[in-house]
Formats: sequence, structure tokens, C-alpha cells
Amino acid sequence: MRIDPRKCVACGNCVAVCPMGAIAIDPVSHRAVVDADECVECYSCYRGMSREHLPPAVVRAIRGIARLARFRFDPEPDVCPTGAFTETELSWPRTLRRAFSDPVVPHESTGLAGRGTEEVKTNDVTGRVRRGEAGFTVEFGRPGIGARFRDIDRVTRALAAAGARFEQANPVTSLMSDPAAGRIREDILGEKVLSAIVELKTPMASVPEILRALRAVAGGVETVICLGVSARCDAGGDTELAEVLRAEGFAFWRGKTNLGLGRPLWGDAA
Amino acid sequence: MTNTLHRYGSPESLRDDYVVFAMSTRANAEGCVPRLRAFLEIAQKHGPVNLGTGKQGGFHRPSPHLTPLVHWRRDGGLTAAEVIAGVDAPTVVCAVFEELDRVRAFLAELRERDLGLSVNVSGLTDEARRAAAAAGLVRHSVEFSLGFCLGQTDRMPDRRTLELATMCGHGMISFGLVDKLVLLVKEGRRTPAEASRCLARFCSCGVFNLARAERLLEAARAGR
Repeated sequence: MRIDPRKCVACGNCVAVCPMGAIAIDPVSHRAVVDADECVECYSCYRGMSREHLPPAVVRAIRGIARLARFRFDPEPDVCPTGAFTETELSWPRTLRRAFSDPVVPHESTGLAGRGTEEVKTNDVTGRVRRGEAGFTVEFGRPGIGARFRDIDRVTRALAAAGARFEQANPVTSLMSDPAAGRIREDILGEKVLSAIVELKTPMASVPEILRALRAVAGGVETVICLGVSARCDAGGDTELAEVLRAEGFAFWRGKTNLGLGRPLWGDAA
Repeated sequence: MTNTLHRYGSPESLRDDYVVFAMSTRANAEGCVPRLRAFLEIAQKHGPVNLGTGKQGGFHRPSPHLTPLVHWRRDGGLTAAEVIAGVDAPTVVCAVFEELDRVRAFLAELRERDLGLSVNVSGLTDEARRAAAAAGLVRHSVEFSLGFCLGQTDRMPDRRTLELATMCGHGMISFGLVDKLVLLVKEGRRTPAEASRCLARFCSCGVFNLARAERLLEAARAGR
């Protein structure tokens, strides 16, 4: 993303809007500038802000007079008054940033927008997580911090060593040079994304081992990790997963409940 | 997309936050658009606080061609019919509710209509399970959110900022914007409802809960 210096009036609205804190007003040029290394191409500024297309010279003049008069102007906080944001053509590996950060761009590997994952949201049709199994979603970077692939690589290697099997239909798995070892290709390790979700599956009995492996490796990463763990329920809607998680010291009260209304229903329905 | 799994807050804070969403998958994507629209049509009868589609957003959206003359009539947002008309391809569709009774009634009607789409309730899992049971449904699968629990959690901001920002699960609502709007509300320069709508415009799939946000912003204004 780029901010056109001919249009920017340094109103500062976009500074607060950037989820990565990658925009600041340059004290020399008096224009908003994007730190390209921190920008994850999420397009929150470009698409989330409404755009007026006012003449920059007029806006600057009005803002200058207001400043001289110590007049506190109260602009709409989500508007770019001159439409100064400009899309830039991205090339590899920077294209990854947008694929993992802009929720309206589908991932090539799965065809899905957002984070590109289905998890148990369609488990009633796909049978992805079956009875006796647990599915993990390990999300890096959210909220509001972002993640480099080198941190994700560190964790996926540890998970692979603990016996994890990574979901094939997942955008992060598609970037692994060696999925069995959890190794992510080296040329992208420095790239930063807003968030990325690693999906894996284990037998229910291995859930404690995976959680302990995650706890052990997580202290060494530079970002935040949030966890989701899923299971197929029995005919009464119960699952042993909750007890397994509590026994490992996790407290939880929120999640997603799949109601089994998808058709055709996966073959193990009771 | 895990856009609603991890929303920050205690059970009490999340008592008025239920996202019901439907999606197709490869096996049943063909011809799903009328069924996705039907989901939203049924939802809107039960009074959702937001209604949205995965690529186009909810009731409140940014405008690429705003003029100063329309600032004073930005707050109306789209109608349910306009949101529904925007569904033209396989996507995720969602409805956000602040009352569990409405969720129960919605699920009962979904069961009756049998649209054949995968339907999930994102919210307090025990309450969602009870709502499903009241509608005659047994949960098929469940995904528990263990929260933002590992790594550099000390880099995260305060509770109020997290409660508001994580209502966009794609991370499009920045901490900076939340802080700015909380300040504007405290200064009396924006009402909680205006600030809530402003935040909602950054959520590109319509899962932002405007009612919960308004309640949280009102609490922030009152210093609670």
C-alpha cells in the first residue's frame, strides 16, 4: 500500500486505522507514510476508510487556518478526505502478505477467502475431524500484532516432532517444503502477515502432548498465538474433548457449534 | 476463515453475542446461492443486530465515493434486502444476535426449512448447545476457543480494547481506532451508537456485533 504524497493532507486519520501501526506522519515531508516492512497489505486503510475526493490544496488551506487559530477540528475518524491511498502491484513473496491479511482475497491453495480454512465449520459434510480425533487451529498474529513466517516455522517444526499431521487443504501447509517435518520454505520466512492459521489433526489421546509441545515452544516466538480445538460429537452431542482440555489447565466458554444441518451428511452420522 | 472463533471477553461480557453463520463446501456449493439468500431472509425475520456476507460486509459499510454533503446521513446503513441482494456467489453468510431467544427461534426455523448448508453458532458453547436442543437439534461438532493464550500475550492491549477489536475476527479493527473512538465517546464528541457504527464499517464480513459494541462503549464512557 502506498499513500500518494500529492494527495495526502496529513490529517492523521489513517494512523489510527492501521491494524499493524505501520502508518505515521513523516515530520519532514508532513505526509503520511507507510512502513513497507511492517505493512501486511491487509487493505484495512484502503477499503475500510471511506474516501472523499476533495482538492488537497483546499483541504490543506482549511487545515492550516484551523491550526493557526488553535481551532480543534473534529473530522470523521474513518474518512480519507482526499482519497490518497493507492494500490501497488505486488510481486512474490509480498503477494503472500495480502493473501494472508486481506479477508476478501481467496487463498489459491483452498479457494477460500478470509484465513482460507474450513475447520469444523463444514465438518457435517466433509468429515474432516472424525470420532476419536481432535482438530487444532493454531492462529498466529492476531490480535493486532502480526506474525513472521519464521515464528510459524519454529512452531510447526515442534508440532511435527510431537506427531502432528498437518491439514492438506490449508494455506500454511501449502507453503511447507517438508510437511512431515513442519518445515516452511525458506524464501518466505521473513514475510509478515496479519494472521495465519495452522491446522492439524491428532488422535484424541494425543491432545495433551500437542498442547504441551505448543506451550513449550510458544515462549520463544515474537507474536501471540490463539488456539482452537475441535471434535466430532457423539449422538447425544457430547465429546470427551472438554474434559481433556480442562485437565490440561485450559479454561474456555466460547466456540463454534456445528449443528449438523449440511447435506449430504458425512457418512458417520449416528 | 476463523473470523468469529476468538472473541475476547468473560462469559458475562459475551452474554449478548451470538453469530449464526452458514456456508457451503465443495460437495454442496453448486446452486447454493439461493439457499444462502434464504438463510439471510429467514434470519432477518428474527431481528439480528447485523447481517452480512463474507466478501461484502454487513449493514454498515465504507463508501469509496463519500462527499461532505452525505456525512449527516451515513448512519442509516443498508437494509436487509440490500445485504441479501448482494449474495451472488458461494460465500459465508451470517446473522448476529444479541438475544438467545431470537437465536432459538431462528434455529427452529432453519431446521424446518432444511437448506442443506452447514450452520454454526459462534458464541458461549453451553448456551449455543441449549439453544440448539430447544430447536430440536443435536450439535454435530464443536470447536472450543482457548483464547489468545500463548506467546507474547503481554503485547496485547487492555481488556476493553480487546473486547471491541476482536469482534472483527479478521483483525481489520485496529487497537488505535478503538482507543480513538473510546476517547471521542468519553469526550462526548461521538455517541456509543455512532462509534459502534464506525467500527462496524471496518468489518468486511458483517460479524461485528453493533449492540455489544454500543454496550461496551457506554460502559467505557461511564468509567466501568
